[in-house]
Amino acid sequence: MADPTKKDEAAGQKDGPQDATPNITEVDVADAASVEEVEAVLDAPVERGEPILQVRNLVKHFPLTHGILFKRQIGAVKAVDGVSFDLYQGETLGIVGESGCGKSTVAKLLMTLERATAGEVFYKRQDITKLSGRALKAVRRNIQMVFQDPYTSLNPRMTVGDIIGEPFEIHPEVAPKGDRRRKVQDLLDVVGLNPEYINRYPHQFSGGQRQRIGIARGLALNPEIIICDEPVSALDVSVQAQVINLMEKLQDEFNLSYIFIAHDLSIVRHISDRVGVMYLGKMAEIGTDEEIYDHPTHPYTQGLLSAVPFPDPEARDGRERIILSGDVPSPANPPSGCRFRTRCWKAEDKCAKEVPLLAIPERFAGQNTPAAHKSACHFAEEKDVVHA
Amino acid sequence: MTTIDKTASAPSRRIEDDGKTPLLEVRDLHVEFKTRDSLVKAVNGVNYSVRAGETLAVLGESGSGKSVTAQAIMGILDMPPGRIPQGEIRFRGEDMLTMSNEERRQIRGRKIAMIFQDALSSLNPVLSVGYQLGEMFRVHQGMSRKAAKAKSIELMDRVRIPAAKDRVNDYPHQFSGGMRQRIMIAMAMALEPDLIIADEPTTALDVTVQAQVMDLLAELQDEYNMGLILITHDLGVVADVADKIALMYAGRIVETAPVHELYKRPAHPYTRGLLDSIPRLDQKGQELYAIKGLPPNLTRIPPGCAFNPRCPKAQDICRSEVPILHPVTEQDGTDLPGRGSACHFWKETIHG
Repeated sequence: MADPTKKDEAAGQKDGPQDATPNITEVDVADAASVEEVEAVLDAPVERGEPILQVRNLVKHFPLTHGILFKRQIGAVKAVDGVSFDLYQGETLGIVGESGCGKSTVAKLLMTLERATAGEVFYKRQDITKLSGRALKAVRRNIQMVFQDPYTSLNPRMTVGDIIGEPFEIHPEVAPKGDRRRKVQDLLDVVGLNPEYINRYPHQFSGGQRQRIGIARGLALNPEIIICDEPVSALDVSVQAQVINLMEKLQDEFNLSYIFIAHDLSIVRHISDRVGVMYLGKMAEIGTDEEIYDHPTHPYTQGLLSAVPFPDPEARDGRERIILSGDVPSPANPPSGCRFRTRCWKAEDKCAKEVPLLAIPERFAGQNTPAAHKSACHFAEEKDVVHA
Repeated sequence: MTTIDKTASAPSRRIEDDGKTPLLEVRDLHVEFKTRDSLVKAVNGVNYSVRAGETLAVLGESGSGKSVTAQAIMGILDMPPGRIPQGEIRFRGEDMLTMSNEERRQIRGRKIAMIFQDALSSLNPVLSVGYQLGEMFRVHQGMSRKAAKAKSIELMDRVRIPAAKDRVNDYPHQFSGGMRQRIMIAMAMALEPDLIIADEPTTALDVTVQAQVMDLLAELQDEYNMGLILITHDLGVVADVADKIALMYAGRIVETAPVHELYKRPAHPYTRGLLDSIPRLDQKGQELYAIKGLPPNLTRIPPGCAFNPRCPKAQDICRSEVPILHPVTEQDGTDLPGRGSACHFWKETIHG
């Protein structure tokens, strides 16, 4: 098998030290010269609890151009600007943040629907941002996505059977032609829909049922990772719980790893093992669900948690509320230094000059407290906020 | 600025809350929509009332009839296909459904105003926000363009839009989502109405902005002693701002209660199910409680209690008899003011 010696060195250097997040742990990179070798690496199973996906300094800038004939670049929307995290096999990593913080762009980058401007995504120690052709196809089979809006993500002119079976057209090795109909019916059964619905059209289903169809499509190729971009936010409360339960059941059954992107903090907490909080293209804080929700040290996380309306009127009395002022700044022209400083009540001169690194804050280093998790703030400290 | 004082001195219409006449009272309201081959019964006998300074939250899933009720109150229902076969909507004791169009026009905007969900599609993209805000003054009070613009700047200041003077001529797309919603609020507040209906005012906003907008709304309500009907599906938002709650299901109110009571002791299985399906800390790693099934199709509402096919407690009586909104009492029969539950087995649900 591959020789795990090469290290990831160049990550983030292109953008200069200002924007880099030098919190890169070393990544073992699989050495695979030919396509066959890459495929062999990708087919190898990953032990539970081992990293399956390692993201290092991922950057995505969308160019802003001016002029019609002679386009020149006048700037860039820094949608994702140096994001690093690991996804371990069998876990759920929640990613939360306000709209425009880059969480959906991260999802697209992981799916290789967008090409990263810089940085690496290692799937099974293989940098997928550099792959193409057959090898990339093999990766895409293993990383699938469930989209937010079940009303627009299903083609209204295709039957449910065609929608769920379409992945088999692209990857015929998963299900031979004669076998497909049965496979699709199995999938319908797995997600709790009647297998006889195979010839129906999406409009004949309710929102929750459509999201089940989307999930069945994501499962069709037996992926190892499913990226869920706001999978329940378009659904009614009473139906949300059904879909969340289904997703948890499927994770156990098929040994899946989830990246769960959402803005509903209580649902993220329920389903996630670890949670990352994003702000304006950067990861502000990342840790286990308990560390983030009970011991947040980044002021943005604290503000976010405190803003969540809590479905218990008793809890609002006597709780300190932080109401963040203003809106998220434009990612085309983010503030210097710490990006949160324009809305932060703790901001000092240092915050405007130095980019805080995503690392365990010095004051907590070496301590065995839940506050000792990665937080990108110069003045990270715990603050008691009531939350879901 | 002088013009502002003159116009603002219009006699205030605040009523003294004598505790008898509510600001708005909806009685046995029915709304149905006729389609080519079916009759959609969107609202089937809704009763509620709001007093000055009070916040009523109307809670429900999509299709429960909460927005249609609001549209009927505002008189902006599309008729046809909509129809109000029976019911009364009393504003200060007068039934608005029997009023002429001109009379209703006098009330709309001036006494009852509405904040819509999606600020981007509710604002006209080709007119500046200042023009749209000023329209309220020009149309309702016959103000001049110049005076109306001065008024709009003042309004934008009041809803805390920074640099209002410079931004009054900007267009809706130049504002962020939160700022747009503030403009919607400013527009509703323009004529200092007695009652504001806010239809999912923060659903399209991020939580941090949602907190800002809800705070602003509460503050303005306090200042002007307005009644507020807050329509939402978010149990969290309601807990923070409402005084009393009416929970709707399939066009009916299934439970009413003061806000603290509802969360502590729900008296309807649907309320209980909704509260239980919110992820809670101590349930981490367990299966979430989920109400089985789907909300009913409004063309074929199940006989009896509309919730019976999804209800864990359903008995034979639930399938045959429509439950009325029973007044809810303590176990020993003491009154619980403001509480009601449309369940045959409310006693078992709240006390059992």
